[in-house]
Amino acid sequence: MYDIGSIYQATSVADAIRALQADPAALVIAGGTDVLIKIREGKLAGCSLVSIHELTGELSGITLADNGDVEIGPLSTFRDVTFSPVIREKIPVLGEATDMAGGPQLRAAGTIGGNVCNGITSADSASTLTALDAVMVVRGPAGERQVPISQWYKGVGKVDLAHDELLVKIVIPREHYEGFTGHYIKYAMRNAMDIATLGVSCLVKLSADKGTAETVKLAFGVAGPVPMRSPAAEAAVSGLPIGEAIEKIGKAALGDVNPRTSWRASKEFRLQLVEELSGRALREAARKGGAAV
Amino acid sequence: MMEILHCTVNNKPVEVGIDPRESLADTLRQRLGLTSVKKGCEVGECGACTVLVDGVAIDSCIYLSVWAQGKTILTVEGLQNENGELTPLQKAFVEEAAVQCGFCTPGIIMSAVEIVGSGKLYTRDELRKLISGHLCRCTGYENILNAVERAVNETHKFVGKEEE
Repeated sequence: MYDIGSIYQATSVADAIRALQADPAALVIAGGTDVLIKIREGKLAGCSLVSIHELTGELSGITLADNGDVEIGPLSTFRDVTFSPVIREKIPVLGEATDMAGGPQLRAAGTIGGNVCNGITSADSASTLTALDAVMVVRGPAGERQVPISQWYKGVGKVDLAHDELLVKIVIPREHYEGFTGHYIKYAMRNAMDIATLGVSCLVKLSADKGTAETVKLAFGVAGPVPMRSPAAEAAVSGLPIGEAIEKIGKAALGDVNPRTSWRASKEFRLQLVEELSGRALREAARKGGAAV
Repeated sequence: MMEILHCTVNNKPVEVGIDPRESLADTLRQRLGLTSVKKGCEVGECGACTVLVDGVAIDSCIYLSVWAQGKTILTVEGLQNENGELTPLQKAFVEEAAVQCGFCTPGIIMSAVEIVGSGKLYTRDELRKLISGHLCRCTGYENILNAVERAVNETHKFVGKEEE
């Protein structure tokens, strides 16, 4: 038995928003793979919950919009994202990243929306969504607003989401993924059921002859309190021949990151990972794009 | 504050009073007597409580029973072939000596039901990944992988699907 004070099962997004307005202390529960574990640990004893678990009709599903944007319902599970034909065709790197969270049963329950709404830096989808400059569509009593993911994270466990708002869509604009190939590296102690010591997601758009890294996007998880981009590394290597870009990207990223020491790894080790894995992620992303590296 | 849960459990319609705070693992074990569903870590890490909900393997310890309304649930108690014997998958576990203390076995069997039911063939590495949501402290996993691989290959001969 979970130590839950009350649980309200929302029947629609509008109903969930009303329920959140009515109870200033209520928490949203979606897949349950974070919230229930926190309750089990005693951290949220007696909490009141608004469940959106059954709103799959409104909040689940991955589609390609007419303008070419990829639209992801936040209640889509990690597994939904990984096996989505749209993701596999348009943004395979995102499906590869969601395929590294937890284990199979967790990926069938945990949602991509929960992964970005909990504001956790190690979230496996977060660094790739950050590299893709995803747009978060949020709905509240006053209607919808859009938040670029660069402004989404406000601090550890905090995102730009008011108490009575719900994330209703994650949009990857066409120009942010088209022509890019990407690669995500999760560095962890185990190959499954582990949390990233460091996560690196790199996207690259190659020149027509596959020799130059025209545009590079580089994002990290656990390299700071929230998922982050490395503007310095992106500026330093975009436009370089791909081999040179791979060589230089790691060192160039070091100035932008701010990892800490935790029981998982020291700051020094994480810096080493940033330097080493950035190049590896770019190499693999470029290889997927057809570069001979 | 009881609620009535209507769902299908092991191919039978079920109507059971539940507390909205309880996990599906609690309901299955304590209200329906399905004790193949083991409670190990209770935080979704060990996989001992794995059941199928609408054909998908999930950890029932981190799944609220209220979410199971109208859904179809399968546990090891619901597995048997026509004459009441073990299924070929269960037999493969026996024959490959994939069971030692047995605590993780029902959960792994349920993941394997989904894997085998896909009708696809998998490499050893793919199978390793597909059962990576289960912890076994006895076997070292090799015999479990042998059993799952055997069941996958045998089933594929009858109902195999071509690679997508």
